[in-house]
Amino acid sequence: MSKIEVNITVNGAKHRLEVGPKERLIDTLRERLHLTGTKEGCGVGECGACTVILDGEAVHSCLILTAQVDGSEVLTVEGLEVDGRLHPLQEAFIQHHAIQCGFCTPGMLMSAKALLDKNPNPTREEIKTAIEGNLCRCTGYEQIIEAIESAANELQAASH
Amino acid sequence: MFSTVNKPVERIDAYEKVTGRAKYGADLQFAGMLYGKVLRARYPSAKIKKINVERARSLPGVWAVMTAEDVPCNEIGVIIQDQQILAKERVYYIGDGIAMVAAESLETAARALEAIEVEYEEIPGVFCPIEAKNESPIHPDRRDNEIIHHKLRKGDVNKGFADSDVILNREYDTQFVEHGYLEPEAVVAVPHENGSLVTVYGSVQNIFATRDAVARCLKAGLSEIRIVQNHIGGSFGGKDEVVSSMACRAAILALKTNRPVKMVNTREESIVESYKRHPYKMKYKVGATKDGRLSAMEIEVVADGGAYACQTPFVPWRSVVQATGPYEVPHVKTDTYGYYTNNVYTGAMRGYGSPQVIFANESLMDELAQELGLSPLEIRMKNILRNGSVTASGQKLDRHEVSLAEVIEKAAKAIDFEEKYKRYSKPQSGDTRRGIGMAISYRGCSLGAEAVDAAGAVLSIQKDGSVYLYSGLAENGQGLKTVFCQIAAEELGVGMKHVTFLEANTLISPDSGSTVASRSTLVGGNAVLNAARRAKDALSKFVADQFGLSSSDLVFEDDYLFTLDGKKLISFAEAANKAFWAGVQLSHVGWYVAPSIHWDEEAGKGNPYFTYVYACQMAEVEVDMGTGEVTVLNMAAAHDVGRAINPEMLKGQIYGGVMMGLGYGILEEVEIDEGYILNLNFDNYLMPTSKDMPTIIPIIVENPDPDGPYGAKSIGEPTLELGAAAIANAIAQATGKRIRSLPLNLERVLLGYPLKKGRGKK
Ligand code: FES
Ligand code: FES
Repeated sequence: MSKIEVNITVNGAKHRLEVGPKERLIDTLRERLHLTGTKEGCGVGECGACTVILDGEAVHSCLILTAQVDGSEVLTVEGLEVDGRLHPLQEAFIQHHAIQCGFCTPGMLMSAKALLDKNPNPTREEIKTAIEGNLCRCTGYEQIIEAIESAANELQAASH
Repeated sequence: MFSTVNKPVERIDAYEKVTGRAKYGADLQFAGMLYGKVLRARYPSAKIKKINVERARSLPGVWAVMTAEDVPCNEIGVIIQDQQILAKERVYYIGDGIAMVAAESLETAARALEAIEVEYEEIPGVFCPIEAKNESPIHPDRRDNEIIHHKLRKGDVNKGFADSDVILNREYDTQFVEHGYLEPEAVVAVPHENGSLVTVYGSVQNIFATRDAVARCLKAGLSEIRIVQNHIGGSFGGKDEVVSSMACRAAILALKTNRPVKMVNTREESIVESYKRHPYKMKYKVGATKDGRLSAMEIEVVADGGAYACQTPFVPWRSVVQATGPYEVPHVKTDTYGYYTNNVYTGAMRGYGSPQVIFANESLMDELAQELGLSPLEIRMKNILRNGSVTASGQKLDRHEVSLAEVIEKAAKAIDFEEKYKRYSKPQSGDTRRGIGMAISYRGCSLGAEAVDAAGAVLSIQKDGSVYLYSGLAENGQGLKTVFCQIAAEELGVGMKHVTFLEANTLISPDSGSTVASRSTLVGGNAVLNAARRAKDALSKFVADQFGLSSSDLVFEDDYLFTLDGKKLISFAEAANKAFWAGVQLSHVGWYVAPSIHWDEEAGKGNPYFTYVYACQMAEVEVDMGTGEVTVLNMAAAHDVGRAINPEMLKGQIYGGVMMGLGYGILEEVEIDEGYILNLNFDNYLMPTSKDMPTIIPIIVENPDPDGPYGAKSIGEPTLELGAAAIANAIAQATGKRIRSLPLNLERVLLGYPLKKGRGKK
């Protein structure tokens, strides 16, 4: 199978990779780059566990071929913490008990981050819509929504 | 009053989980690791005439291709050993494995599976548990298809019905449901590691059950097998037998190839193979006097056990105990049955035989109330169990607070039940109608007379005053580690940050049975408390001697030891250090055996559980009369938990359980057509999303139980068992139509019956 050269930036680090035409972004992240924080729950774009931020948009990395994202920037859950400081969303998830088994957590965090990057002051309904594609079987979503609301407030306060 | 317990402390595994550092089964890597894959059956019921693996074996990169012939002992099972690791001669259900491979890559493994040739001869299957009763046995060595029959007898139902003014006969049924844990099953088996024959890492709910299965299938000693639990992406009762089977397969491949072997299911593989919640067909007959007192109940329940016995011998036992609901009924006759069919097998799922009967008995209670002109609240208040009541099984409830009236009142107040019930009882017009409904339950805590109920924990104080702790019970995402550390920290008077919890490991942890039945906080928590007390006693005695005091003069608090009148004596760390160098034993095993209970299977009575929890959930819905769409607007959930060890985590259990109950009530159904599963992924198996959320009001009620650690009992399962019933009652009020089958999806609400997809007859 012919290989395709792909240049991508993941969590700030540049990578030049040779990938097959069918390699999914989730596999590139997990298998090649050992970023196993991104999870696979369904493989068909329905559960959101594999959500990453691709050039500013929350996407399902199980539906994206790495060969298509040459030149792109990817942010995964591992890239949220900067210089040992947790992102306010991560802090809020901890404080609000928005985590049980934790398998949905990385994807939830990325969907929430993509939302807050665009809409720093979302309503509860907008939060629900932003995480609608992220299934969580454990928490019933309530504490996740509370965490996102509180992180939004935190970020707002910090920017003033 | 408490310093760590009863406080919303942070989860101890939260940091790992929010940073992506937490390693789950599929994240593990070992040098030289191979990928294992399983070829699954093409038909739900068939003879295997021939399997040809030669072509698969000859492919480059393929290290092993194995069939049932290569498995030392091919049948496993916790209760009845009838579950095949790989199908031998006969396929019993569509998820059966036929052959397995280990290969250098997933692609090579997939090619190898394609190269395996199997010749089948289809055999007509049995797909209805009621028909299964009279069909010839699907397992040739059994007399018939009956897996189990449990009975319960109280008084004389004939007399009870003769004394009744009103008698209702109703039939209810429920569906197959998928656990829907977000992480598909995953294990890695590593051969010959650190003295064990094989070590299996992964998403294992019950390390000891899985160890027993692996040892049995390899014909090895229990002490040769190490099962280590990793972070687990949800389980809800689901990562038991199916993961045991996966662990066996991976272990066999690992020993054959002498390489680590990773096995990870895709979602489709997970849904086709894993056991489901039992569908029930239930017949209820109830008699009452005209003033609304229950006089008799006669109940028959048939559970579809599917292809393997799995937990079917026990699940209907909980149902037989609880089938009347939490009411005083003088005359009761209940029979529950489980039958083999060629459907996917069924087993433990959060609730374990309770959500089905609660849907029935709580629907029935509303139907009876309507018949008698009473409100749902009135009929329940007349009949609920109270302190000193005698249950259907003949158990007198006199060891703990029977708090049904309290949970009902609190839930009703929170959601404004009476006002709304009155309002929605008036004729409604327009496209949308509203209704409000309720459901209540009592639930036996822990295993009950199903099995021995004991657990252990080990706690060790280090010479710097830090503490580590491990137990034979395992974190499933519910927060067990945090709760156990809170109990240890409370008892020792140290901060949470000084306590470390080690993962469950069968070659270290004391065998504590399974992490099931909402027993961890209660039974496991008591074991932790016991270990902490022993360690504390040793330290107290040492410190008391040093200061010329007696142990009872010491208080452990805020990382220090104080005298009773508050004088600071020494820090915990310094005390631990001195004690260590004086040779004091600071590592202790705690053990707890639950109070004795008994069940007379012949007579169908006894004291099946040593304590119970009580709960009430209420749901307010809006139904679109044009489409049948149900929106759940509000839900109140009041749960008496004895004591909330961690109130925020407890709320998390309530929110999560309520949403799972909502899914059970209005969305979820594994559609099975003549043994074939039609919805194999989340695109057509619908679980609740953030858009389906009602406003949920969690209400924690605390009546400390004398047998619980700090009075704590259970929460995991009760939260999920009531939602479907409460929603069904609300829908009945809104639409004026009673639907007696789950789920109450569009078609059922609109038409009153399901539109079956698929090829076959219903
Ligand atoms: S794994 Fe990508 S959406 Fe589920
Ligand atoms: S925390 Fe388990 S799926 Fe969300």
